[in-house]
Amino acid sequence: MAKLTRAKFTRERILILVGLALILAYPWGVAAVGQPFLIGLGARILVMGLAAASLDLIVGFGGMVSFGHAAFFGVGGYVVGILAFHAHDGTDLLGVIPGSNQALVAWPAAIVLGGLAALAIGALSLRTTGVHFIMITLAFAQMLFFLAVSLKTYGGDDGLSFRPRNLLPGLDTRNETSFYYVVAVLLVGFLILARRLLDARFGTALRGVRENERRLAALGIAPYGIKLAAFTLAGAVAGLAGALMANQARFVSPELLHWTKSGDLLIMVILGGLGTLYGSVLGAAVLIILETVLAAWTEHWMVVLGPVLVALILFARGGLWGVLAGTRRS
Amino acid sequence: MLLAEQILNGAQFGIMLFLLAAGLTLVFGIMGLINLAHGSLYMIGAFAAAWAGNATGSFLTALLVGMGAAAAIGMAVEAVVLRRLYARDHLDQVVATFGLILFFNEAATMLFGRQPLFARMPPWLAGSVELLPGVPYPAYRLAIIAVGLLVALALYLLVARTRLGMLIRAGNSDREMVRALGVDIGLIYTLVFGLGALLAGLAGVMAGPVFSVQVGMGEQVLILTFVVIIIGGIGSVRGAFIGALLVGMVDTLTRAFLPGLLKALLSTSEADAVGNGVSSMAVYLLMAAVLLWRPRGLFPAHG
Amino acid sequence: MSALLEARNLVKRFGGLVATNDLSLNVRSGECHALIGPNGAGKSTLIAQLAGELRSDAGTIRFDGADVGRLGMAARARRGLVRSFQITAVLPDFTVLENLALAVQARQGRHYGFWRRAADEPALRDPARRLMDEIGLGELAERKARELAHGEQRQLELAMALATEPKLLLLDEPMAGMGPEESRHMIALLQRLKGGVSILLVEHDMEAVFALADRVTVLVYGGAVASGAPDAIRADPAVIEAYLGTDEAEGA
Repeated sequence: MAKLTRAKFTRERILILVGLALILAYPWGVAAVGQPFLIGLGARILVMGLAAASLDLIVGFGGMVSFGHAAFFGVGGYVVGILAFHAHDGTDLLGVIPGSNQALVAWPAAIVLGGLAALAIGALSLRTTGVHFIMITLAFAQMLFFLAVSLKTYGGDDGLSFRPRNLLPGLDTRNETSFYYVVAVLLVGFLILARRLLDARFGTALRGVRENERRLAALGIAPYGIKLAAFTLAGAVAGLAGALMANQARFVSPELLHWTKSGDLLIMVILGGLGTLYGSVLGAAVLIILETVLAAWTEHWMVVLGPVLVALILFARGGLWGVLAGTRRS
Repeated sequence: MLLAEQILNGAQFGIMLFLLAAGLTLVFGIMGLINLAHGSLYMIGAFAAAWAGNATGSFLTALLVGMGAAAAIGMAVEAVVLRRLYARDHLDQVVATFGLILFFNEAATMLFGRQPLFARMPPWLAGSVELLPGVPYPAYRLAIIAVGLLVALALYLLVARTRLGMLIRAGNSDREMVRALGVDIGLIYTLVFGLGALLAGLAGVMAGPVFSVQVGMGEQVLILTFVVIIIGGIGSVRGAFIGALLVGMVDTLTRAFLPGLLKALLSTSEADAVGNGVSSMAVYLLMAAVLLWRPRGLFPAHG
Repeated sequence: MSALLEARNLVKRFGGLVATNDLSLNVRSGECHALIGPNGAGKSTLIAQLAGELRSDAGTIRFDGADVGRLGMAARARRGLVRSFQITAVLPDFTVLENLALAVQARQGRHYGFWRRAADEPALRDPARRLMDEIGLGELAERKARELAHGEQRQLELAMALATEPKLLLLDEPMAGMGPEESRHMIALLQRLKGGVSILLVEHDMEAVFALADRVTVLVYGGAVASGAPDAIRADPAVIEAYLGTDEAEGA
């Protein structure tokens, strides 16, 4: 039994190392095959992987099915977009806050505001559970979507493009490869942090909440605080991912907060494997590549993707990560 | 007098939401299924009716085709996909029905294109009625309110008075008991789902001439329907009715009057910006308030 | 003599049904107080009310000198009023060791550690291991709780409650579903615990009740019909009637 566990463990480790190597070698690889424009696609995959992994923290490990994660992603994006707008304009936000195109200002701001939005929405939504929770997170995300649409100063429906990318001291973020590696470092950093957190006291309590909330309360652990902390943390990381996405595209629009984006994130998590953390990045890669390939083949690719999703849910339980790592979990 | 008109608009919008919320809440209350694709049935009803109406020129035909298409496609989807999801957790249900939405939206795009479809009003309802002296109101919108009230009454009788209603009230938790009584539960589920789909189709047909018939119309209204259900309490038809009227009124009235009211305080452009922003969020703020006060909604169905 | 737990005039209604009917009950420090009664007498409801899972419609609950009637389940547990479940509620995907370490963590009240592996913390691991050996699960440390036999799960259930170092244990049918061998094992275990921790024991197994209890209260239709020493209860006509039913009692 113990031997078997160790064997599985090694296989997952190998998979992690392969993944890491792929992430590091990707820019070199696409340059080698003469397709350097694919670096942007890689950066997008990593950014969505970051957002999906943060969602896995609450859905996979905390058992909270949030259908509004794009809200925090969008908040992070708009923080970057709005700060860049004011930096370019020379005006102050609300008359007091100066704009900025410094990554070291804008990205922490995106993290904080994403977290605060999650704290507020989570505080209300976590008063409920189950299907209530799904609908409520969806509804609050839709509220922020409409808020973004109503921001006429920042482009309303059409969105807001800005230039240049946020500046990082000592790095040229306009260089696609540099930007890709910035994203990669942040993603890997988060994954390490999340892995530690999940094995630490907090993560143990969080996983306990998922398994049996009533039991935890009976032991003296109030589930609400644990869940809210996890929800807030996930929102903050989604905020960072949104900030990165805004930078990748140099553009923000209400599309970032659209409810289908929340659906996409959930699909990535499920595709990769619920509660596997790294699987979410794999899920993001598979979904985005699948979309790209299908879109090249037919304009109406969603008519194929939809039934594929349905079939996956109906017939293929468990995610890709579990299949590859040999650690299928429930 | 503008107020009276806007209140009627709010009631009409609320009634539309009720038709959707009733089906959604029944399906959830009885089968334990959260069906994101409920909005697709609404869209199917609207598209089928607009197409049939334009082809035949007959509103009655359009009505029958719209409702029939929604109910038939709804029951087919239930039989092929959804009934396999009843025993699954909500996450699986959400993702699978999300997949259905992608499919239906794209299929509608392939059949009808991205341009909104024109749906004609029946000529005999095209005029307006003077309800109060000096307040003309479109007859078609009044008809929507009347139809909705009739449906509400019929649903009330169905749930309160019939054998099917008894099974509905027995609800999700007593599924085993119902089975023990020798009821063909699978058939009941399909019928209940068909009823919900029929109502969604009806809402879609009636919405056609008022709103635009286009891809994506289902999800806009679906999320508002969720708000209705959260406010009203899941599984309760009465809650759905009250919640729908509340949401319809708040949404319509804040959109109509808030920017105007704010002009007393702010400059015109600021008032428009803030007013539009706040009024588009108003129903969600209402939902937040209800959640603070009663986390399970105004009329929770069981316990 | 002051009671550790004192419940007065508790009432709980579900619609028209009165589950707990003006019930008063106390548990003294160090005693094992058994609660018996026929099915549907409201024993589990009462446990839920005392543990803070159900809110009482009327009445007061004092524990360890404080009014805890308004506190939730987690807050009461942190004060040392801890329940176990009739239907086993261990965390199925956690190992035995992890289940217990989490319970130790619950007692310590520190949940916001984000970096250090819980498995590497002696402050969590050592007490968990000690308890595991004490309760006889030492061999199974790395087994997932879902893989345990029923009797072992019941032991783990009890051990989790113990890991929180409770002042009073509310044990809801610890012997539920156990075979005779497992039951004897559990009785022996509880006997060793007696005195160290106060216990309110709900149990159907009369052999267990009379082996363990210092006092017994009999619950019928949500109210206490008798309360006293085990021998007195065994002889009480009201108890015999409640258990055997009126007809048989008259016939006897």
